[in-house]
Amino acid sequence: MKDFQTPILVVQKLRKQFGLGCDHCRDMKPEHLEKNYCPKCGTVYACRDVSFELYEGEILGVVGESGSGKSTMMQCLYFDQEVTAGTVSLRSYKNGKNMFAESAQQKRYIRNNMFGMVYQNPIMGLNMSFSAISNIAEKLIAAGNRNVAAMSNRGQDLLDEVNIPLFRIKEPPKNFSGGMQQRVQIAKALSNNPPILLLDEVTTGLDLSVQANVLDLIKKIQRELNISMIVVSHDLAVVRMLADRTVVMLNGNIIESGLTDQILEDPQHPYTQELVYSLL
Amino acid sequence: MPVLLEIKHLSKSFTIHSINKEIQASQDISFSLNKGEFIGIVGKSGSGKSTILKCIYRSYLASKGEIWYDSAEFGLINMVTAKERQITYLRRYEIGYVSQFLNVMPRTNALEIVEQALLDTGNGIEYSREQATKILTHFELDESLWDSYPNNFSGGEKLRLNIARAMVKRPRLLLLDEPTASLDNASKLRVRELIEQLKSEGTTMLGIFHDIEFMEGVCDKQINISQGKLL
Ligand SMILES: Nc1ncnc2c1ncn2[C@@H]1O[C@H](COP(=O)(O)OP(=O)(O)OP(=O)(O)O)[C@@H](O)[C@H]1O
Ligand SMILES: Nc1ncnc2c1ncn2[C@@H]1O[C@H](COP(=O)(O)OP(=O)(O)OP(=O)(O)O)[C@@H](O)[C@H]1O
Ligand SMILES: [Mg+2]
Ligand SMILES: [Mg+2]
Ligand SMILES: [Zn+2]
Repeated sequence: MKDFQTPILVVQKLRKQFGLGCDHCRDMKPEHLEKNYCPKCGTVYACRDVSFELYEGEILGVVGESGSGKSTMMQCLYFDQEVTAGTVSLRSYKNGKNMFAESAQQKRYIRNNMFGMVYQNPIMGLNMSFSAISNIAEKLIAAGNRNVAAMSNRGQDLLDEVNIPLFRIKEPPKNFSGGMQQRVQIAKALSNNPPILLLDEVTTGLDLSVQANVLDLIKKIQRELNISMIVVSHDLAVVRMLADRTVVMLNGNIIESGLTDQILEDPQHPYTQELVYSLL
Repeated sequence: MPVLLEIKHLSKSFTIHSINKEIQASQDISFSLNKGEFIGIVGKSGSGKSTILKCIYRSYLASKGEIWYDSAEFGLINMVTAKERQITYLRRYEIGYVSQFLNVMPRTNALEIVEQALLDTGNGIEYSREQATKILTHFELDESLWDSYPNNFSGGEKLRLNIARAMVKRPRLLLLDEPTASLDNASKLRVRELIEQLKSEGTTMLGIFHDIEFMEGVCDKQINISQGKLL
């Protein structure tokens, strides 16, 4: 019960800017920027001040319009991008030491053992010309596995779990449909048993029945493996179905956070209201 | 009798920014609910009945006032200011909410819907299946429907499934938002029986009923709401 209320991941004041900034924009005040962009020097403040907590076994929803900084935040958490400022700590890693400040080698270790990532664009998460099963082996090898037979078994189990037929696992993902590619990404992300899964628009662009399929799979993973997840989606129906809590991003900031049904039924911020009412 | 829920000076207003409008939905509502009691809320459409239930369940953020709930896990807790994580816990283990609508994941059959409520609270698959089966039988949802998706269930079948899902977790407090709306008389009678039964099992309930006469004899007390205020 104590664990229920102790976060496993804490993100504080995460900032990611593209560009050096100038005297005009350095204070990041809204009146000095156009949305997230400095008209004087061209710097983009993709994430300005992002703070949140993630709890054990929880699915946290992240919503917001295109360009609000959702993918940038996820890529910072997965160390694909260097942050400009801020901290991230994991309860199970060195007593909550800031992982952004770790060496490149340590970051690789953390990424390979603590996180799984499903990218918005499958091209970023998969090698499209290796076989599906090799894509999984790649992640297992990165996490330190060496036993070929064990890796092959694990890969088969995972692909079976996400409903990729056995007779297709030696095919490269470029032969697969979008939904299948996302499912291979999910299998790959799960392969190292990470405590945290990052899912960026996993259902976007899939047709409705395939979407339902992927959502089912995510719910099942949460229930059976008790993995914590951050689910980014611009589709409010997706977070309604999956997330207990949701944060709303706008121009690189979290402008509202709360229980998902409260965000949807009683949105407080003008932007959240616009977002929610436009869908009713 | 010990109090399970005490609402003190609850007010709720909605600010709609785009049209710069303020809607006062509840004003200075106070009442309390004893353990094992069943209170019915009545009032005209738009008078603010659902708003009260939603503030208790924290689907709405109360604007003013306090909602004290005597939790098995946390002791006395103010639902207005409790942490989101605590509310999540209470919704999972202690407080159930039933509306006339059934919100479910797509492509999940009736048995799975009930089962998942238990799996979500950390129960094993076998126990969950067993309890789900038991409660569906108990609420007389025809066994031929168990492996069907509920989107084409009748109103009464949906409702029984909805209540089964909320009840299988044996909540200490059950909030009912017009569970009988749009049901025929026979189905309404079934709901009444069901509520009688829950009551005899000790469940504390707060329910909105369009036709409260139907609940006469089961309902311990009635609360009248008019224009956001308690009469
Ligand atoms: N490498 C980069 N260089 C410059 N600007 C970038 C770079 N990557 C992202 N941005 C900018 O950062 C901002 C946030 O982008 P991001 O991809 O995080 O948005 P998003 O919320 O994921 O949007 P979407 O819903 O469209 O996926 C955008 O304005 C984008 O143009
Ligand atoms: N999410 C919301 N956003 C804005 N206004 C709301 C919201 N929910 C309720 N209201 C307003 O608050 C008032 C009370 O609504 P509420 O739903 O509590 O009434 P009710 O008594 O349950 O009505 P009914 O019997 O029709 O269900 C109404 O004026 C309604 O328009
Ligand atoms: Mg994105
Ligand atoms: Mg109502
Ligand atoms: Zn600048």
